[in-house]
Amino acid sequence: MMMSDFPPGLVLILGAFLIPIMGRKFRPILTLGLPLVTLALVWSLPNGSFSIFPLFDYQLVFVHSDSLSRLFATVFSIMTFGGSLYALKQKRVLELVAVFVYAGSAIGVVFAGDLITLFIFWEIMAVASTLVVLSVGGNLSYQVSMRYFLVHVFGGTLLLVGILAHILDSGSTTFTAMELDNLGSILILAGFLVNAAAPPLSAWLSDAYPEASFSGAVFLSAFTTKAAVYVLLRGFPGAEVLVFIGIFMIFYGIIYALLENDMRRILAYSIVNQVGFMVTGIGIGTEMALNGVAAHAFTHIIYKALLLMSAGAVLYMTGKRKCTDLGGLFQSMPLTTICSIIGALSISSFPLTSGFISKSMISQAAADDSLTTIWFLLMAASAGVFLHAGIKFPWFVFFQKDSGLRPSDPPWSMRLAMILFAGICIGLGIWPEFLYSMLPYPVTYQPYTVTHVIHMLQLLLFSGFAFFLMLPLMRRTLTITLDFDWFYRRLFPAVLQNTFSVIGRVDKAIRLAFLEKLDMGLTFISKKNNRLSGLLSRNYPAGSMVLWVAVILAGYLFISFIR
Amino acid sequence: MNNEQQGKHWLVRQDTVRLLWRGGLAVLSLLVIADFFVHAHPYFQIDGTFGFYAWFGLLVCAGMVLFAKALGIFLKRKDTYYDDE
Repeated sequence: MMMSDFPPGLVLILGAFLIPIMGRKFRPILTLGLPLVTLALVWSLPNGSFSIFPLFDYQLVFVHSDSLSRLFATVFSIMTFGGSLYALKQKRVLELVAVFVYAGSAIGVVFAGDLITLFIFWEIMAVASTLVVLSVGGNLSYQVSMRYFLVHVFGGTLLLVGILAHILDSGSTTFTAMELDNLGSILILAGFLVNAAAPPLSAWLSDAYPEASFSGAVFLSAFTTKAAVYVLLRGFPGAEVLVFIGIFMIFYGIIYALLENDMRRILAYSIVNQVGFMVTGIGIGTEMALNGVAAHAFTHIIYKALLLMSAGAVLYMTGKRKCTDLGGLFQSMPLTTICSIIGALSISSFPLTSGFISKSMISQAAADDSLTTIWFLLMAASAGVFLHAGIKFPWFVFFQKDSGLRPSDPPWSMRLAMILFAGICIGLGIWPEFLYSMLPYPVTYQPYTVTHVIHMLQLLLFSGFAFFLMLPLMRRTLTITLDFDWFYRRLFPAVLQNTFSVIGRVDKAIRLAFLEKLDMGLTFISKKNNRLSGLLSRNYPAGSMVLWVAVILAGYLFISFIR
Repeated sequence: MNNEQQGKHWLVRQDTVRLLWRGGLAVLSLLVIADFFVHAHPYFQIDGTFGFYAWFGLLVCAGMVLFAKALGIFLKRKDTYYDDE
């Protein structure tokens, strides 16, 4: 194997295990160096399939490289670098190891050329991300991580069964675009969708991510859902059902984020919302739409990480995470506030930010395809993003009332990471060509026309106007909103508990009735025989028994003589 | 300006907030007026009407806030709801 085609994901996965044996002093060299080595490897990969190993009758293709896989691997590497910089203050080694294995396996998924390799990295990703949540320690994180893990094991099982059915059906393990005409591909799609936080299993995301550490949540936001977007993009472009699933995710994310009080859970719901845009684009399936999805995944990872970094900075400095406890922080955390606003403008696709050049490609694709309803829904959703993430998040955390908290900006490593990602958000917004040149299909789209800019500004600023007009309706309360996880946290346990208690009671009654009847039967028989004259209790003298044995033996002897 | 206002950060003083509201409303009106001058090329019918993006944004956002509020009546719980796990 040449160095140039070494699987880039393995650099992070193998490197992760060097982190614990490295002293604290030299650890940053490793955690900042490994992502850069990975990035260099990704960019040096030519198109084609490498690192092929035979497994029984099949071949494992560890590296299948083309523009799409390189794009995702690039942003995953940049994310790992920025996240590691942000996490330099993170003292828990378990989290760092888990994060590197997690990032490496996500890159492994992106380069997997066959379904078996894909599944292997998919499962490593599930275990590693669980450990990121679990590494926080304590009962709460244990409970959350186990719920998270069970959902992903379920998704992984769907995927495994789907892959097996697909291999039996087609005889091929190659990972290419699939038609939804057999059970195998339907199950594969379902497995992918669990990781994309599609309904009905969407609550794992807003349940688990906000419970991770200040740095852990930054990494979690990037990999699982976007790896799912990648495999959907590759496996099911143009599958119409994805349009409806995506639209549902978009509005589910907005509505739940509007109701939420926990700042990082607002951002978690907004991940579902943004992935909804991508899933819709994959469903539309034109070259324009798929380009838009790839571009949006790239920009989304950066600005969502930036938003979670700013939220993490607030959590790190104040230890608080509820909007009801926060407010007025802009006075003492100016840099964090500015970075959070840049992230918020990017997610709202404000002109001159990265979201503007990527998300508008998806709505343009809907317009080009004359998908009237979808286009109007996407426009409404763009307005809603500004409402729930663009304004709500910075407003309630950094402005609104004065909470009296005066934390300073976070340590330099965290500030540097935020500045880096804020810079990328604006840089991509000003020079979209850099991103456009990496997309899978040639781009002719021009985001900066006067009409488009004015219309987008109208849409967004009037959404902002609506926010401030309706501010009294948005007052934060100490509440959560019941989500799909209520079914497996409350309903199913309650139903099962009741069912089992009913079964238990019935079972007990039947046993008791049976024992009673048996008892009565035995009493009856014993009563019948409790006198010496009874059928079974007559006593025979031993002498008569000996006599009869002698008679039988004599008879036996007699018969054996006369034969 | 009274003493209470004096002690506050300049950005949250009443005068500044009033100024921000006025500035904001001016920007909003300018954006709508700009619709006279830009060359609209609607994809469908209604999105070519005057100030479409402005009123559409305002209305759908109001709609979403109200919908969320209504849903909240049924689905909101105290944030200690799951604490017994």
